[in-house]
Amino acid sequence: MKKKLFAVVMTAVMAVSMAACGGSNTASSTANDTTDVSVMEDVTATVVEAGEPVAAEDIKVGLICVEDENSGYDASHIEGITKACEDLGIDTATQLIIKKDIPEDESCYDNAVDLAEEGCTIIFSDSYGHQSYMQEAASEYPDIIFVAATGDMAATTGLGNFKNIFPHTFESRYVSGIVAGMKLAEMMAEDSSLDPYVGYIGAYPYAEVVSGYTAFFLGVRSIVPEAHMDVQYTNSWYDPTAEGAAAEALMSKGCAIISAHADSTGAPSAVQAASKNGKKVFCVGYNIDMRSVAPDAALTSAQNNWSVLYKHMLDCVIKGEPVPVDYSVGADQDAVMISELGDACAEGTAEAVEAAWKGIKDGSIQVFDTATFTCPAAEDGSYTVDENGVVTSAYGLDADGDFVNDNGEAIVDGAFVESELRSAPYFSLRIDGITELN
Amino acid sequence: MDRLNKNREPFLRIAKRTDITPFRVYATRIIAVLLSLVVSGIFIFAVTKLNPVDVYKSLFAGAFGTKRRFWVTIRDTMMLLCIALGLAPAFKMRFWNIGAEGQVLIGGIVTAGLMRSLGSSLPLPVLLVLMAAGSFLGGAVWGAIPAFFKAFWNANETLFTLMMNYVAIQLTSYCVALWENPFGSNSVGIINQKTKAGWFPAIFGQQNTLNVIIVLLLTVAMFLYLKSSKQGFEIAVVGSSEKTARYVGINVKAVMIRTVALSGAICGIAGFIAVAGASHTISTSTAGGQGFTAIIVAWLAKFNPFIMVVISLLLVSLQKGATQIASQFNLNDYASSVITGIILFFILGSEFFIRFRLIVRGKKENSKGGAKA
Repeated sequence: MKKKLFAVVMTAVMAVSMAACGGSNTASSTANDTTDVSVMEDVTATVVEAGEPVAAEDIKVGLICVEDENSGYDASHIEGITKACEDLGIDTATQLIIKKDIPEDESCYDNAVDLAEEGCTIIFSDSYGHQSYMQEAASEYPDIIFVAATGDMAATTGLGNFKNIFPHTFESRYVSGIVAGMKLAEMMAEDSSLDPYVGYIGAYPYAEVVSGYTAFFLGVRSIVPEAHMDVQYTNSWYDPTAEGAAAEALMSKGCAIISAHADSTGAPSAVQAASKNGKKVFCVGYNIDMRSVAPDAALTSAQNNWSVLYKHMLDCVIKGEPVPVDYSVGADQDAVMISELGDACAEGTAEAVEAAWKGIKDGSIQVFDTATFTCPAAEDGSYTVDENGVVTSAYGLDADGDFVNDNGEAIVDGAFVESELRSAPYFSLRIDGITELN
Repeated sequence: MDRLNKNREPFLRIAKRTDITPFRVYATRIIAVLLSLVVSGIFIFAVTKLNPVDVYKSLFAGAFGTKRRFWVTIRDTMMLLCIALGLAPAFKMRFWNIGAEGQVLIGGIVTAGLMRSLGSSLPLPVLLVLMAAGSFLGGAVWGAIPAFFKAFWNANETLFTLMMNYVAIQLTSYCVALWENPFGSNSVGIINQKTKAGWFPAIFGQQNTLNVIIVLLLTVAMFLYLKSSKQGFEIAVVGSSEKTARYVGINVKAVMIRTVALSGAICGIAGFIAVAGASHTISTSTAGGQGFTAIIVAWLAKFNPFIMVVISLLLVSLQKGATQIASQFNLNDYASSVITGIILFFILGSEFFIRFRLIVRGKKENSKGGAKA
């Protein structure tokens, strides 16, 4: 009997361990700047030779998701690809296969190959960690196109059928920064002693996060020039507890506005709790509208519209046009946006947001305009500054970490041009005014 | 008198079976599996209004529908089976080795480390043997540590092996950070992606043939070891009574350490197979909870390695089919976990009816066939 009891207990253990595994996947989308390649070319110019046009009804599309629609990140991808298919006349019931809850391990490879054998013409994956497995599958099926969304290696692999896509998230971060700046200005008008102090919770200290928080901060500072910001890393893409704790730490240091680049609702929930206790604090989110968890504190969220990128890739296949190795577009194609403004937003925010979008679209606003920020002198020679700290030149990519610029100058006409040399972000300058706490 | 007896006799009584034939044992188990499929079918229909037969078909297609899927299912079955084989001797000795996860990870770390550092300098057969030997030793050490403490100071092995898992997970995280590629990705990436150095070679045109060969050889070896070897006998004696073992002159401490080291070593081999023969990378999810699932496999098979093959295959194919029903019917893959749970429940339940029988009031106690299985 003891034996049986034990087996039953073990069954329970297994059930728990399965449940735990199900919950521990992380929807991640890191960027980074070191890969083991030595030669990189200007990737925007690299495209594969055009294929034959394929009728929309003959195309078959696959998508591998790291979690299911319960995660805001994956939901935005599922929604995006479904809309792209509908727009192009691809039947989502028979021509679109979505594999959900695929962890970032060899099961990604298994599922990519499985989709290939099911006859898919083009296969997408949504998480950064899927990339090397997608690459593996791409090398075995040269006639099928594999797209690792948020990945950064496509151009360096030399595979003609392996692609990356990434929207201009820095643009929506900048605009969400303007929303935060407007609120900060309003708070300062009410209380002249208020320190214009902003907190930011980042997942990992990499280019994608650095690019995002710098864009956000420059947005804030375009409204409140004396603003300063602290960044706290959680070293996880999804950790509600750590994100909540980081938000609390930043608020207790005096931050009036908290933004985050991580996938949980931990930070907005913590800010909402503080707001309920009478503290004047507000938050800016990412991916999903945070008003559901922070009705009083949420100002807006920076969002990606993945359907634009999916649609372009699919359209190229249908028309038989070359599919770009790296594809990245922003506000001019409506690939990025911010969520509906919260009730707490300052007066005039909507107008400021509209003006910012207009400026980004017509090019009169460059998010990383070198006139708007300064940097300390570089120790490693990856960028140069003039006597005022204004950046005059910077490496596009130094993928192998040998401190030699690999693929072109990032500073063009007085601005750091992001997501042009490859789709994944590579802005990783640490600018004055932002302090990394850890 | 008669009336009095009837009142005293409970409506149902449980009695131990003494006369069950092997045929009836297996028939009972098969009936249990079929019944569980019926119950799962009712569950599927009640919750989703889908035709259960279609769902089962899709489940099967997900596991065996194409040649590739078939081999993925086989590959993962071998992995689970290998861990279960490793657990069998320890559990047979009544040593609760909950540390298979950690032992697999240690084997995986050793393999990945050797693959990274020696991949380009050693010929494949030498490297494979080296990696196998290294992971065998690594797993053995990871198993021997708690066994040593149990043998000499009677430390609680359940907690000890469980906690060794966490140490192994942290070690793995450390190695992942150390070997990160590309930098900042928080993963090791696919090791030797271009050269494929240290990967299992394709045999008969199949990438995973070697996995099958190694694990099936281990299966036969473990069967013989437990059933016919002197050491296997010692394990059985220590398992049934330590005092008896001591009385007949078995060195219990030595047997314990040796057996658990072997248990850990085979789990280490599972880590070797996982890294060199399947994923070609290492992460904290390399063991993926299979160290716990394998406990069920070992127990359900009553430590018979050949029955473990069947049970591993059943559990893995259910898991593989899950992805298919998730994408085909838009069912969350937890639906498959529910089905797995129902099937396991019935299999475990059938063991009860194999060992005991229910006697309804008024029935004769020893009438053959009076109590139904």
